[in-house]
Parts: sequence; structure tokens; C-alpha cells
Amino acid sequence: MRGFWRAFRRNRLALIGGVVVVVLVVLAVLAPGISPWDPNRPDVRKILDAPSRAHPLGTDQLGRDVLSRMLYGARVSLAVGFVSVGIATMIGLVLGSLAGYHGGTMDATVMRLVDLMLVFPRLFLLLAVLAFLRPSIWTIMTVIGLTGWMSVARLVRAEFLSLKEREFVIWSQSIGASAYRTIWRHILPNAIGPVLVAMTLGIPAAILTESGLSFLGLGVQPPHATWGNILNEGKDAIEIGWWLSAYPGLAILVTVLSYNLLGEGIRDALDPRLRQSVGRIVSRAR
Amino acid sequence: MSRGDLLRLSGLLLLIALAGCGGEADSAVDAPTAQGSSKPAYGDTYIEALQGNISGLIPNVLSDGPSFEVAQLIYNGLVKYDKDLNLVGELAESWQYSRDCLDLTFKLRRNVRWHDNRPFTAADVVFTYETMINPKTPTAYGGDFKAVESVEAVDPYTVHVHYKHPNAKALQSWSIWMLPKHLLESYAREGKLREAPQNRTNPVGTGAYLFKEWRPGEKVVLVANPDYFEGRPYVSRVVYRIIPSSATTFLELKAKGVDGAKLTALQFKRQTEYPAFRKAYTKYQYAANIYVYFGMNLRDPRFADRRVRQAFAHAINKRELIEGVRLGLAREATGPYKPGTWQYNPNVHQYPYDPARARDLLAAAGWNEKNADGILLKDGQPFKFDLLSAQGSDEGRKVAEIIQAALKDIGVQVEIRVIEWAALLKEYIKKRNFETVILAWGITPDPDQFDIWHSSKTSPDELNRIGYANPEVDDLLEKGRGTCVEADRKKYYDRLQEVLADDQPIVFLYFRDGLPVVSSRFRGIVPTPIGIQYNFNEWFVPLNLHRYTAG
Amino acid sequence: MLGYALRRLILAIPLLIGITFVSFLVIHLAPGEPVENQAGESSTQSDAKLRERLREIYGLDKPLHVQYWNWVTRLARLDFGRSFSPDARPVLQKIGERLPITLLLNIVELMIIVTLAIPIGVLSATRQYSTFDKITTVFVFVGFATPDFWLALMLMILFGVQLGWLPISGLRSPTWEYLAFWRQQWDFVAHLALPILVATFGGLAGFSRYMRQSMLEVVRQDYIQSARAKGLPERVVIGKHALRNALLPIVTVLGLSLPGLIGGSVIVESIFAIPGMGQLMVQAVFERDYPVIMGNLVIVATLTLVANLIADITYSLVDPRIRVAARRGRR
Repeated sequence: MRGFWRAFRRNRLALIGGVVVVVLVVLAVLAPGISPWDPNRPDVRKILDAPSRAHPLGTDQLGRDVLSRMLYGARVSLAVGFVSVGIATMIGLVLGSLAGYHGGTMDATVMRLVDLMLVFPRLFLLLAVLAFLRPSIWTIMTVIGLTGWMSVARLVRAEFLSLKEREFVIWSQSIGASAYRTIWRHILPNAIGPVLVAMTLGIPAAILTESGLSFLGLGVQPPHATWGNILNEGKDAIEIGWWLSAYPGLAILVTVLSYNLLGEGIRDALDPRLRQSVGRIVSRAR
Repeated sequence: MSRGDLLRLSGLLLLIALAGCGGEADSAVDAPTAQGSSKPAYGDTYIEALQGNISGLIPNVLSDGPSFEVAQLIYNGLVKYDKDLNLVGELAESWQYSRDCLDLTFKLRRNVRWHDNRPFTAADVVFTYETMINPKTPTAYGGDFKAVESVEAVDPYTVHVHYKHPNAKALQSWSIWMLPKHLLESYAREGKLREAPQNRTNPVGTGAYLFKEWRPGEKVVLVANPDYFEGRPYVSRVVYRIIPSSATTFLELKAKGVDGAKLTALQFKRQTEYPAFRKAYTKYQYAANIYVYFGMNLRDPRFADRRVRQAFAHAINKRELIEGVRLGLAREATGPYKPGTWQYNPNVHQYPYDPARARDLLAAAGWNEKNADGILLKDGQPFKFDLLSAQGSDEGRKVAEIIQAALKDIGVQVEIRVIEWAALLKEYIKKRNFETVILAWGITPDPDQFDIWHSSKTSPDELNRIGYANPEVDDLLEKGRGTCVEADRKKYYDRLQEVLADDQPIVFLYFRDGLPVVSSRFRGIVPTPIGIQYNFNEWFVPLNLHRYTAG
Repeated sequence: MLGYALRRLILAIPLLIGITFVSFLVIHLAPGEPVENQAGESSTQSDAKLRERLREIYGLDKPLHVQYWNWVTRLARLDFGRSFSPDARPVLQKIGERLPITLLLNIVELMIIVTLAIPIGVLSATRQYSTFDKITTVFVFVGFATPDFWLALMLMILFGVQLGWLPISGLRSPTWEYLAFWRQQWDFVAHLALPILVATFGGLAGFSRYMRQSMLEVVRQDYIQSARAKGLPERVVIGKHALRNALLPIVTVLGLSLPGLIGGSVIVESIFAIPGMGQLMVQAVFERDYPVIMGNLVIVATLTLVANLIADITYSLVDPRIRVAARRGRR
């Protein structure tokens, strides 16, 4: 553990990334306390006001303060990142392990399930879910998670397939360790590396997906703000309301970069030997 | 280090953003002189931006706006509306309406030819009618002809229509596009009009423009019909470019890639006021035939109480709503008819913005306690409901958000749900599974709105979605459509508006303005309550201002 | 090996049927039914009979398994049916007129991305944490995180409105028919320039990071050290030994992106007014145009299964351990 911290601390970029993520989370949590205006109250006298003292980030098309909406929106965007990727990773880990460890029919079934999910139009699933259930940030996160586990599953499965044949696993099995123990203690820690990479690319992708959903008019219900839907509203006012696109865009950029730097830093700081196995995993990853 | 790069990069991006918004340098293509000669000249091309793909070329079996817009130039009806909203003859030279409103006889123009040069005759009129009432034809407009008893071609240029009972919409219904019998008969009989080649590659009408080309998703090209019965149109080519994004359309306007388009409220009000734009384009504004409303499911006991509905009407500041949603570019609606039309009645119960009055009305209806969050209670139940809005409609969403805030002020909690249109229609509206909804109605120049307000029209596929039932209204609707004497109808519809205003079955919000813009080189445009395109065949560009000389 | 491939191919047919069946069910059970008017408003005209009539025409009044059976048997004859939208055109025709442009855009974009990503990845890896590495990291992530439509509109404003160098939207100028042949080609290319630029800028991140990652791993392998110890020049070490191995995962990822080539980005397409597969599919979903949705699904499913098969075979050819494990697992 201490080795990890030492290695991590040495990576300045990763530290910056980590700090930024923490700052964003803190801002998001404190949003109700620090927002200068009610983020949801329209005020038609202030439609599309440029940034000013009173409204440092300007106002939107219904006269609402963009800074306040960005702060509240941070909660949603960050949560979307964490939760959807968390769900996707968990599903992927479980299914990938099962497939990789047991092989045979279990493997085939899981892989075909992967195929089905890849082929099925995700938009459709979203529409169906959103129409039936009360669309809330939770349903959206769940759907994004439910439709994004495939690459993690593949990565984990590949790792299993390769590691299964390595010495320490066979040794562990030969002394009678249960399958569960083998998986948990020996295989999974080695699989963490590529999974982490997938997560660091997945979190920003989830945030951008939420933004894309706003483009199609799906997503978090009005009047709640997310970076994605502020951005989307800004598209119709791109010339005279540049702040509606610039600030959420900037926020998303900063978040994406930070998560990535942080994730890569974590991965690099983990057992350096992992880099070798990660290399082989990556080359097997499908 | 990387943060520095990051900052620099974002600075660069912001710079690009700012560069874009600093008013427009006049792109040098042409600078039309203020006058130019006003002598009509033939030639030039008009390029219009369409917001959506057309779905076909036989409008009778379609229902989307873009298709109708294109069809307007290819087809004609027997009658059409002129700029004062009177019905005048198009393919019909004259007509006779019997006193009892049961017999309508049209005298058709002679020398009208279809685009394939065959003559237009009464047989085509009869054929079109038979197609519209044929149950196999997938059309939404067959209902207009239900009252017809028979249609007969007395001679090649005379058509006699006999009605079962007087029908006020009779004359208007004959503005339906006329279809060529000699080409479509076999398809119509099988109910396969949509599969006919005329729906896809070579429509044949009698209109001012001939069809040239349709590249799906890209463009539709029409060329002037030199034999058009009202005279050859001046503008020799029309190109409809399909551009889904309004932001892109606006940029195309600036870059002179399109000549005409519909502006959004924001573009109209705030992005087109600079000199170069005003010189290159002319902006028009007219009240469009669509009103937006706040609908309540009247089967819900809370909304069945008229005082609640009236309270909502008082709680919503319509001026502010219009300002917020349309930047002021709309007219307040007090009923289902547009101000400025003959049927409009201004003397109805008004609902000025008055939250205090709203609260009183709600209290009188039993909502006189509040819970800890300030929400009104009745029998212990908080006043809380869902407000549905269609996905894809930014306007609807904004209306919902403003109403949500307005109702919150009087102690009513509203949750907005944006639902994609197909699901909204089938699962919520048709199944009457909604509490409140933001929708819009498109109205016709004819005041008959039987299908929306009559108590018999409440089955799932019919339009009285809120479940309104008022016997006086039923009676007025029946009488209004049952006579063809305008003065009588005016009486009925005036009273209808009074009753509707008192009842507030829905809260009428506003009629939005149409905001078309056309390159200033086009002359002959006259803005009217039905828009600007009705006399397109009379538009022209002075010779020295022609931009496109090809084709 | 051959047996494996053959077995997979034979399994593919029932698999395809299974995938399409499940998808068919889910799609038809989802709320909503094929609708016509997308405007969000309703005219004061309507006809309940029209709804009934359309349901009949579309066969929606029959039970689901019957509908599926009809669809699948027609599919076997390569008849994808007719679209439910009012133009009632054959599905294959609708897909066929949009597929080429989407394919063209995707393939060109992919080629550009791969051409750029490989050198970027290699150089970043060999100079890990250097200035070059940091700049390119930020650059590709800016590309990744920048919203497509924003970049598109900015570029349109810059190149289209202010500079006037490139056309803003669409595939061809309105006067294209009247241009000389070479001008026509140039016009077409000019129209594609901005969309490709936008797509490439966003897509560079994934591949270049992958390449960098892969290179980093390979470079730390023992055999690289031994190659260096043997005295081989760095250029050969990297360019020949390391690169060849590092490229392997890239090739695989390329193969697996095969099914994605027929999909378009609806955002880019609607901003640039390009009639591609993205818009077609999104519109089909919103209109519940089941035949078009299913048609596209079948094509994607087939491509996916083919791509998977190729990938699996390539793998087991490359890594004997996988082959052994697979065989053992199947016991």
C-alpha cells in the first residue's frame, strides 16, 4: 500500500488530476450552499445575459444563473460518471470472470450475450426504459451502466483466459484452494489494471453520453440542470450566448482530463510488474 | 505544465467562439441595390431550407409539414385561401352554393393541364373524392368528406356535389389537392397510393412547378411550369434543402447558401438586427395557425372543478410566458381562434395575471391548507401532479418550466416529464393516462373544431383528449358546422368562445408568430395571416439581381 | 482450427435468429407504435379509421410470434420489407441510399485516425512524460471532450461564414448539376472536409491512447531489452520488434470496429445536414419504423458475428495458450 502511495505521489500529473476531481466533488456536494441563485427559477427579464458581476457565467435562455446551474449540474454529471461506470464495471467483472474462469458453455453464453447487447440499439432501450419508468437520474445511470459493461467483460475474460494457465494459479488450485479464493486473491488483482483504464475512459464517456442524450431530448428531466443539457441548450445560441457552450464544455474537458490522468496514475502506481501482465492483457483484450 | 497548455487551448477555443459572435462582415457575393428595377423578370433560383425530410410527394396520404410545403407548389385544389382568408377559386372558376347548403356545383377552369400534358377534367375531381373516402386509402383527411352524399361529373368541366346535410366546411374541403386519375387510379383502388411511383419519383399535379428531383434527406428540386394556368412563374427553379439543425440553417443564411428559411425567436430578435443582414434579407412576421396550451385531464376530479382551472389561468403570467419562450414573438390566446380572423371574439372572460385571485379560487375549491413545504393540501393530500411535454420541443419544455415556477408560487407542485412523442401519444395521451400536458393545436382557417371539443369525440384515437363535455358547446358546434351562412356561424362561434373562456377546459396560452426570412432580392412578397408563400408564383427577382443563372 | 471455425459458422445462423428474435420482441413490446406526425402538434383533423387501417397494413394486429415469423421468412428471401413511414419504400432502398455516405465518412475517418494515432502513440510511449507526451495527451483529450456539435458550429462559422473557404452543410452545392466534372468532385470533397475533421478530432483519443498503452507495455518486455543488449540500433528495436507486437491489439480493435462502420453520429449528421445512417436510425426509432430498425439490426448483427469470428480465430492463431485453454474449457 505504501509503495503505491509513494509511486503515485511521484506522478505530478496524476496528482493534479486527483486534486481536480476532489475539488469538483466538493463543489458539487456543497452546491446548495454556495450557489448564488436558485438554479431553476426562470426570470424572463434576464434572458441570455452576458457574464457580469451578478452572474459570473451569464444566464441561460430562461434567465437562470449559469453558475448555479453548473454547480448543481456537477452533481449530476459526476454522479453519472461514477455510478454508470460503477454499474458497468461490476456487471463486466462478474460476467467476465464467470466466462473466463469456467470457459466452455458459460463462456459461450456470456460472449453471445455480449454480442446481443452490442447489436441492440441502445437508443431503443433508453426510450423503452424512459417511457415506462419515471425518468430520473437513477434510471438514466442504470441504463447507461447496463449498456456499457461489454468491454469490461471482455477485458476481464481475456485476463482470466491468460492468467488461468499461469503458474501461481495452477499452484493455488493444486493445494486445494477453492475457485472463489483463486479468483479473488489471485486473478482479480491482476485484472484491475486494464479495468481501471476502461473505467477512466468510461467515466468521461458516460458524461458525454448524458450530454448526447440531452441532444436527443432524453435525459434528466427539466428543470434540473446537467452540464449536458446546458450545453445542449447552448447550441441554439452559439453566437450570442457563447457562455452556454464554453463553460460546460470547459467543465467537461477538465473533468475528462482529470479522470484520465488520475486513472493512469493509479494504474502506473500499482505493482509495476502489473505493467507486463497488463501489456499481455491489452494485447489479448477483445 | 499541462494545465498551462489546457488554459491556452481553452483560450484559443474561446477566442474562436468570440470571433464568431462579433457581428457579420458582409460576405461579398452581392450587395443588392435598395431599388433595383421592379420589372418582373423570369429566372433565378430560390433556395429554401426545410427543417425535416419530406416523406413523399402525394400529400393526400401524408401528414408532415415539409411534405405539404413542397406539395403546395406541385398541386392545386378547387379553391384556395387568398391573403384576406377568403376562399377563392383555384382550379374552379366559379361555383354555386344552393340556399339550403346541400348542393355545390363547381365550374372548372378549362385549359388546365396536368404536368404530363393531359387535360384536367371533372373526372379527376371525382376520382380524388373517391380516393379520399376509400377506406383503403391511408389518409387523415377523409373525414372532411363524410357529409358528402354524391359527387358527379356533369360534364368534363362541371362537378356537382350533393351533401347529406348542410356542412359549413364543404367549400373549404375542396381545397384538397387534386390527383390525376389517369395515373393513380389503379393504385388508389388497391389502397397502394403510397407505393405509387408518383409518391416517390415523378409526381404529377397541376401546380405552378414541375417536379425535377428528390434526393432523400438532401434536397427537392422543382422547376417552373411554363403552362401554369395562372401564368408562368417568374422564379424558374426552387430548391428545398433539408437542413435539420436551425443553427446550421442560420449559418447558411449568413453564408448565402439558402435564400429563405424560418427563423427561431432568438435568431429573429437578437441575431439579425445588424445592417448587413437587414440589407441582404427581409424579415416577415405573422401570427401562425398554431396555439400552445396547458391541457388538463378533466376526468381527474381535481381538474374537473372549474375554479381550479380558472385559478391556473390566473396564476400564469402569459405576457411573461411569451417573453420567456418566444421572446415576445407571439400573441396571447384567449380561445381557440386567432386574433384578426372573422371568427375571433375579443369579448370573452379574460384571465389577467393575478396570483392572489388564483389562491382564492383554489381555496374556494377546497385547497385551503398548506403543508410544511408550502404546498396546498385538500383532505390531507398535497396538490401535486405531473406535467408532460413532448421531447424534441424546446418550446414546450420552456413553457413547462415557466408554468412549473408559476404554479409553485401559488402552492402547487408540478413535476415535469419530457417524453418522446411516440410513447407520449400512445401510452399517455391515447390511454388518457395523463394529468396535465403541454401541447399545441394547429387550426384551420375554417372555425369548425368539432373533433376537439365535442363530447362524442373521446375514444382513444380521437381528439377530445381532455374529456371535455358541455352540452351547450356540443350544440354550438353542431349548429356551427351545420350552416353555410357566415353571419349565423359567427353568432355560434362567438358564443362558443365565451363558454370556453368561462369554462377554461384548457388554459389557452399563445399563438406563435411565424418568422420567415427571404433574401431581399425577391420581390412581390406580401405578408398575410396565412404566411408569405401563398403567392409564390408571383415572386420575382429583378434581372440585375439574379444570383443563379443556371437552370 | 478449421473445425472451430466451421462450428462457429454453423452456430452463427441460429445465433442470428436468436438475436433477432429477442430484439424483435423487445422492440415491439416497447411503448409506442408507428406514428406519422413527428411535429409534436396535432392538426385538428384526425381519422381514427386511418389508425386502424395502418395497423392492418403493417400487420400489427397479429400476435408477435406470427409477426416475427413473417418477418424472418421474408428475410430468408432477402426481402427486408417496406418501411412503415409514409413513403413506404423498401427498407433496403432506404438503407442503401444512406449507407455509402456513412461508410465513406467512417472509413476515411478511420484511416486518418489510424495514420495519426500510430505515430502519436509510438512517440508518446517512447518519450513517456516528455513535453511531447503531455501536449499530445491534452490535445487528444480536448478532442475527446469537446462536444461534436460545438466544434462543428465553430468550424462552420470560421471556414464557412467568415472565411468562406468551405461549404457549410449538405453533400453538394445546390447548383452541383451544372458544374463541370472536376468541379463536382472538388465540391463533394469540400463538403466532406468539415464533418471528417470534426469526427477525426474527437476520435483520435481512443486509438492513440490505446497505441501508446500497447507500446508502453511492449517496450518493457524482456525481448526488447535483449534486442537492445544485442546492440541493435534503437530505430530497429522500436520500429521493427516493438512496433510489430504493439500493433497487434490495434489490428484487433480495428477488426472489432467493423460493425460500427455502418453507424453514423446523429449529432454530426444533423448539424451538417448529411443524410446518413445515424439520422435514419434515430428517426426510425422515434417513428417506431420497425422494418427499418430490424433491417439495420440484422446487418449490424451479421457484421458483429463475422468480426467476432475473425477476431477469435486471429487470436487463437496468435496465442497458443488461448487455444489450449479453449480446448480444455470445452471438455
